[in-house]
Amino acid sequence: MLEVVNLACARGDRPLFRDLSFALAPGELLHVRGENGSGKTTLLRALCGLSQPAAGDVRWDGRSIREQPETYREQLCYIGHGNAIHGDLTPVENLQFEGCLGAEDRIEAKPALESQGLGRVASLPAKLLSQGQKRRVALARLAVLNRTLWVLDEPFTALDIRAVDRLLATLARHLDRGGLCILTSHQEVTVADWQVRTLTLG
Amino acid sequence: MATSLVGTVWCVFRRDLLLAVRKPADVATPLVFFAIVVSLFPLGVGPEPAVLRTLAPGVLWVAALLATMLSLSRLFAADYADGTLEQLALSPQPLTALVLAKVLAHWVTTGLPLLLLSPLLAIQLYLPVEAFGSLLLALLLGTPVLSLIGSIGAGLTLGLRGGGVLLSLLVLPLYTPILIFGAGAVTASATGLDPEAYLSLLGAFLAVALGFAPWATAAALRISLD
Repeated sequence: MLEVVNLACARGDRPLFRDLSFALAPGELLHVRGENGSGKTTLLRALCGLSQPAAGDVRWDGRSIREQPETYREQLCYIGHGNAIHGDLTPVENLQFEGCLGAEDRIEAKPALESQGLGRVASLPAKLLSQGQKRRVALARLAVLNRTLWVLDEPFTALDIRAVDRLLATLARHLDRGGLCILTSHQEVTVADWQVRTLTLG
Repeated sequence: MATSLVGTVWCVFRRDLLLAVRKPADVATPLVFFAIVVSLFPLGVGPEPAVLRTLAPGVLWVAALLATMLSLSRLFAADYADGTLEQLALSPQPLTALVLAKVLAHWVTTGLPLLLLSPLLAIQLYLPVEAFGSLLLALLLGTPVLSLIGSIGAGLTLGLRGGGVLLSLLVLPLYTPILIFGAGAVTASATGLDPEAYLSLLGAFLAVALGFAPWATAAALRISLD
């Protein structure tokens, strides 16, 4: 269970938002919306603990994430604007590395890539892949890491229609299992018969 | 969550080595730079064996210092640009340990090749054979410290414009003790003195840097990511 209490974030001296409070329970998806520059990415990074908020607190299971960083990170999968893929490594190698960073004991990179429709390019250097394919490699991380809280920054960028449907189906399965998800997107997000909560910034 | 800390550290180390194998130019650049700088001295100061012999320890160490500096900017730059650094910071394993793995890989791909190349260049400078042992030993103890201290600078200047120049200004003054004691050890051996005191001090620097630098670098990286 994720709780955000009176959160305030700023970029430089410019305040982006303040007194932001919400809670997210298992099986809930929060769609963060807002204009460019309204602080969506800043909010997600603050939720992950990557950037320090100007005020307020983020809590996981009732305790501040600053008090339990390791426990929190074991529950968290963050996919940011950068795909975190090295061009000189193959998608398989990239995913194995991500799995290892996430301290997973069994890393099944190949099936995760096949489920993203990337079976044929799994052993090519990642620099030869298109933007959309790279995004799909990054999204395959969701299958490799077994995490409760997904924080996704613009996950639909560069994806084709089938890949978008596949991601929505993955999200539905994640919510079914009692997972939590926060994502930003400029398009409408409808996940099967799940209620999508929205938060508009700015 | 069964993968141990050692397992993850090994993964980070192996990945950086694999990348070095895939892109050998990154490893070769500081090495070639080292060879060229050292080779310029006989051309500049003339081929007098006596002069070159006196200069040799200092020249080798200054060149090794600059070559290491040259390679520092790529320590975290690519990971920062593509978002991998965020994933390192979000790993359940402590960032300090992952940083240590990266610095170790940096040493294996920079410091170690410099060390292996140094006897060849020392011959060119007429360094007495008796001093070769302490040259290698001093570089073995000193170059990891260069990588460790350098990583703090690389972490602090990440994502800054003109970071390269700032990095030199930040790191070079911190390198001076290593230069003094490293070159001192080689000079002592070349003149028939015991280099042990210098080498012990280099060992002490290494012990302190191993304990302190990864922690400082991890803190610098978190600031750079904020």
